[in-house]
Amino acid sequence: MLEIKQLHKSYAIGDSSLHVLKGIDLSVAQGEMVAIMGSSGSGKSTLLNIIGMLDEADGGDYILDEVPIKNLTEKKAAIYRNKFLGFIFQSFNLINYKNALENVALPLYYQGLKRKERQEKARFHLEKVGLLDWQTHLPSELSGGQKQRVAIARALASDPKLLLADEPTGALDTTTSYDIMAFLQQLNDEGKTILIVTHEEDIAAMCKRIVRLRDGIIMEDKKVTQVRAEAHV
Amino acid sequence: MFDIGLWREIFQSINKNRTRSLLSGFTVTFAIMLFAVLFGMANGLNNTFSEAFVDDAANAIFIRSGTTTKAYKGMQAGRRIQFKNEDFQYIKTDYDDDIEFITSRIYKNVAASFRNEKNNYSLRAVHPDHQYLEKTQVYQGRYINQRDMDLKTKVAVIGKLVKEDLFLNVDPIGKYINLSGIPYKVIGVFSDEGGDNEERLLYMPLSTAQQIYGNNDYVDQINLTYKPELDFNQAIDFGLDLEKNLKERFTVAASDQRAVRVFNMAMQNKGITQMTSVLGILILVIGLGTLIAGIVGISNIMIFIVKERTKEIGIRKALGASPKSIISIIIIESVVITTIAGYFGLLLGVGILEWAEPVLKTYFIKDPAVSTSLVVSATITLIGAGILAGYVPAKKASKIKPIVALRDD
Repeated sequence: MLEIKQLHKSYAIGDSSLHVLKGIDLSVAQGEMVAIMGSSGSGKSTLLNIIGMLDEADGGDYILDEVPIKNLTEKKAAIYRNKFLGFIFQSFNLINYKNALENVALPLYYQGLKRKERQEKARFHLEKVGLLDWQTHLPSELSGGQKQRVAIARALASDPKLLLADEPTGALDTTTSYDIMAFLQQLNDEGKTILIVTHEEDIAAMCKRIVRLRDGIIMEDKKVTQVRAEAHV
Repeated sequence: MFDIGLWREIFQSINKNRTRSLLSGFTVTFAIMLFAVLFGMANGLNNTFSEAFVDDAANAIFIRSGTTTKAYKGMQAGRRIQFKNEDFQYIKTDYDDDIEFITSRIYKNVAASFRNEKNNYSLRAVHPDHQYLEKTQVYQGRYINQRDMDLKTKVAVIGKLVKEDLFLNVDPIGKYINLSGIPYKVIGVFSDEGGDNEERLLYMPLSTAQQIYGNNDYVDQINLTYKPELDFNQAIDFGLDLEKNLKERFTVAASDQRAVRVFNMAMQNKGITQMTSVLGILILVIGLGTLIAGIVGISNIMIFIVKERTKEIGIRKALGASPKSIISIIIIESVVITTIAGYFGLLLGVGILEWAEPVLKTYFIKDPAVSTSLVVSATITLIGAGILAGYVPAKKASKIKPIVALRDD
């Protein structure tokens, strides 16, 4: 499903350049739930950005669902992001003047769906995260956990192949974090492929596989026995 | 491409940020309001000027005679100059290339009567061309023609008010009007934009008047219009040349101001046209200047808006917004704000003009209206201005990198 070979990325800093990713090899199969761990500066966010097509690699191959991702125009990248990927961010990144339903419907708007269809689908996904009663509320009227649920509903709305979560529980307290993780596990059980960047061991332990990065290379890549989040809620 | 979703997005964004949108529109509102008021006032001034000359053709030259004030070539001062038919012929043949219409005029006062109604009127005996010179509008019957001139027929064309005074409800065409004892057949009724005095007149063929009043070939005045192709300078030269030759013809000193008087409308019109065109340019400059200031204002605020919405634009891009959709959202938002604000300004400006019209009238500003064509061109200008104002910020927005926008600081 996701195939990465010898991925390199460096950033220019003044005259010198900083080599952030030094040849990453990673393959993720359908239905996996992978935690990408590492200290800050290890390159984990850069890796996620490249996977999310928000950034482009300098060298190496990246194949997503049998489509080679290379030399994308901005327009093409926008289409692929919309079709293949769902993003979940640490700070939720909801649009503050749109209510929950409108936020969830936004990726569908960029898919070119009709308004009626958009709202129907958005309602379906809001119901899935258990927030249908909150559909007309603005993000400022929701709690952190509810905001992240809306964000997850939005990420799911376009029915992506891959969910990318960048520190999804970073801004939440422990109980809420586990609540969100329980939900992500449930999605994974249903077959969604999920990639989570985190630096929290307990969150990583709730995935099925942990990839540890240090200084731009993969230090460790192991399958783990998943800790079910429900047990901690 | 009419995408209802796009419009929904834009109106939501404008509506949710009302203060910001209001503020950015304000400069444009003000600019258009100022422009409309200035434009209307200039229009009003123009109207006043053109109304002053609506009575007669704008390219007319009037030639009158008087008595000499200076001795010249052995002739004494105080000699009376009298134009005759031969002078009319002389001007007509010698200046044929420059003349559009030409007529002589004789003035008389007559006591007119029809049945029991009587009144005194001014009479003008003229050539057929006079109709065009004076912009006489014959709305019943016909005007004097060449045949009347040749046969010296006893016919009259009467003013609308003469008809109302004397004929009451009777159709005057074909009836005989008694002018100081002589019956004339009424052949036409006319109206004139020059007002009541011009409609309390009678016209008759010049040849008829010359035979009946004195049996001579005298004329009181010669009026002509020069060809419209002549520009102001050519027309002025033409008038000066005509004056010079006529003075020589009557052995009058070139500096004699009263013996032969040539009054050239071109002289007056030139000054007025120059003034109004300068005024127009001035207003255009002021208006455009204010509009540009408005555009810069909107552009500035849009750049600020883009900066403020960096994160939102980043999110949209991450969710699959193409650069094109980001550009159109910003530009259309700018166009919508500019157009609404501009129309509001136009409305305000027109309102001010309407309200101030009675006051302005005393300052020779008449009907300071803003025309439909101005509204249409203003719309086009406003849309253009909105696109212009939105372009730079939109480009900026489309270049926003989602990773930069979404970085958690």
